[in-house]
Amino acid sequence: MLKTINRLVEPDEGSVRLDGRDVRSLEAPALRRSIGYVFQDIGLFPHMSVADNVWIVPRLLGDRDGREGRVAELLDLVALPRDFAGRYPASLSGGQAQRVGVARALAAGPKLVLMDEPFGALDPVTRDALGRSWRGLHDRLGLTTIMVTHDLAEALLLADRIVVLIAGRIRADAAPAVLLRGSDDPEVAALVEVPRRQAARLAGLAGPA
Amino acid sequence: MNPALSEALAALPTLVRSHLLLSACAIALGILVGLPLAIWAAADGRARTPLLALAGLVQTVPALALLALFYPALLILGEATGLAVPALGFLPALIALSLYALLPILRNGVAAISGIAPSLIEAANGLGMTRRQRLTMVELPLGAPVILAGIRTAAVWTIGAATLATTVGQPSLGDLIFSGLQTENWVRVLVGCAAAAALALLVDGLLALVESGLARRRPLRVWAGAAATLALVGAALLPAGGAAPGGETVTIGAKNFSEQYILASAIERRLQAAGYRTRRRDNLGSTVAYQALAADDIQVYVDYGGTLWANILGRAEAPPPRQMRAILARQLDERDGVRLLGPLGFENAYALAMRRDRAEALGVSSLDDLARAAPRLRLGADLEFLTRPEWRSVRDAYGIAFAEQRSYSPTFMYRAIADGSADVITAFSSDGRIAALDLVLLADPRRALPSYEALVLVSPGRAGDSRFAEALAPLIGRIQVERMRRANLLVDRDSDKRTPLEAACLLDPFQAC
Repeated sequence: MLKTINRLVEPDEGSVRLDGRDVRSLEAPALRRSIGYVFQDIGLFPHMSVADNVWIVPRLLGDRDGREGRVAELLDLVALPRDFAGRYPASLSGGQAQRVGVARALAAGPKLVLMDEPFGALDPVTRDALGRSWRGLHDRLGLTTIMVTHDLAEALLLADRIVVLIAGRIRADAAPAVLLRGSDDPEVAALVEVPRRQAARLAGLAGPA
Repeated sequence: MNPALSEALAALPTLVRSHLLLSACAIALGILVGLPLAIWAAADGRARTPLLALAGLVQTVPALALLALFYPALLILGEATGLAVPALGFLPALIALSLYALLPILRNGVAAISGIAPSLIEAANGLGMTRRQRLTMVELPLGAPVILAGIRTAAVWTIGAATLATTVGQPSLGDLIFSGLQTENWVRVLVGCAAAAALALLVDGLLALVESGLARRRPLRVWAGAAATLALVGAALLPAGGAAPGGETVTIGAKNFSEQYILASAIERRLQAAGYRTRRRDNLGSTVAYQALAADDIQVYVDYGGTLWANILGRAEAPPPRQMRAILARQLDERDGVRLLGPLGFENAYALAMRRDRAEALGVSSLDDLARAAPRLRLGADLEFLTRPEWRSVRDAYGIAFAEQRSYSPTFMYRAIADGSADVITAFSSDGRIAALDLVLLADPRRALPSYEALVLVSPGRAGDSRFAEALAPLIGRIQVERMRRANLLVDRDSDKRTPLEAACLLDPFQAC
């Protein structure tokens, strides 16, 4: 679904509109540069420094102004030390690498950011921390974020609006609070039930102690 | 110092230079063609299989044959287009070696580009790189170490295979190896092999430096390795030192046996004494030598009446020497503008030879006798004889059929008759080993074998140069067969071998060597 938005995949039917314009009316590379993208596999280029990775989209756009200062700001934004700029991806932990991935997505100042299971491969602590810091950035920068995740708890905690897709069809489209109140669709209801029941069981485990 | 060693070492700088230059051009051309093909093949799965298969196919053709194939191919191309395509020397060697270099460059290039993690390709696309940007910013930099490893392999192969360029008339370290093998001058062979190996190792080492620099992201190493490689090639490009100004340069050709080297040296000494600067193109194939002369790639060489008669004029019946020479002089001039300067004074005829004891035991003294004994005998022929018209003519005239026929290089052919692995060989009448091995030449009462007078031929470009003709005049008619045999034996014998140049001094002692 994300890939139809930035034209990595062309839909068989229907269209995708951005600010009312059909994305097919735009050159694919230009369209993609205007949209932030955070990849599941992170996808940092191993032969480029952190700074070069972060600055890749501005570079594609021919932007040279204030590179150093803006890379430093972007590293601040994702809570990485500024001296990471000269390091190479191989020396970063998974969480650090995805923070660079986030900085890269934000470097050209996009209004829309696509996130393809961005924190899926990370350990739970890093995952939670990155999720929350992303939500903070999202609010601060006034972004539109479309995130794909298989973790309904993550979706419920981070999103303003959740679309449940099962076998390629939209089965629910609601705010988290609405979704938590229950659904007529038994599969959607089962999905929402998982984190709720887990929370209850965790509370039960902790309770008697 | 050993004269063979000092002669080999003296020839080394020029040969290393042209060897290196040829190899560098071939590798560069291989990269220029191979890398775009690799990029194409990596992007287009349908192109990949046929391209790799084709490059692999080229690789299976023996390098020697590949080189030899380009000579007629370029001749035909030259005739078809009417352009002056040089069929001998640098161009055919360059094309063949580049083709040879193609496979490792192509294969590693494809592996390098298609081996890049799909997640990085997805990232490159998702961030908005165009195909070209993806190639230059991601695929090529990431694939560089693997691509370079392919170039290294190609470089080592090419430098090794460039020794074979000698056979199409391009000077290389192969000159030392081939002429050394022919005259069993192992010092020459070793010097040639060692120099080629050292060159290959040196270039490999420098490129390894670049490769490790690329892999570990050490720009300094990359630059140091690349600069040293370029400096090496640059040194090969510098004009040869010691070039005497003003002298005209002429090229002397020689086929691939001792007598030819000796005669070429004798001609070279005479031309140098007359103020010409000389170059050598040794180890030319029999027809290649004549074509090279006709095309003015070489200016002078010695060929044999019967060879020209059969191979160039394509005629079978053999007139007496004087008449054959007159016809050749007229027809070679009409055909190609080639000037027949004159006979040297001896014949190097094909003759069938046997060991004296064996011939007497079997009662064989002529080819008629041989025809009766042949079904029990083994023939050792030189590499050309069995495919030449002379063999058909002998076979048909006498009805000879041997029990077994094998081809040897000349040196090993004489070994074969000496140790009894051949009963009859195709000897050359001027060969010093005939007397040394006590061989008898079988009479040819039906005159099936034509006359093989040694003739000096001059290219169209020098045909009108009277100073050139005068310089060589002292050789014409002055070399009797006994002297030629003695000179040949000096080079061909097993012990106390002399170099062709030393033998040339004995042959034509007009000037101290």
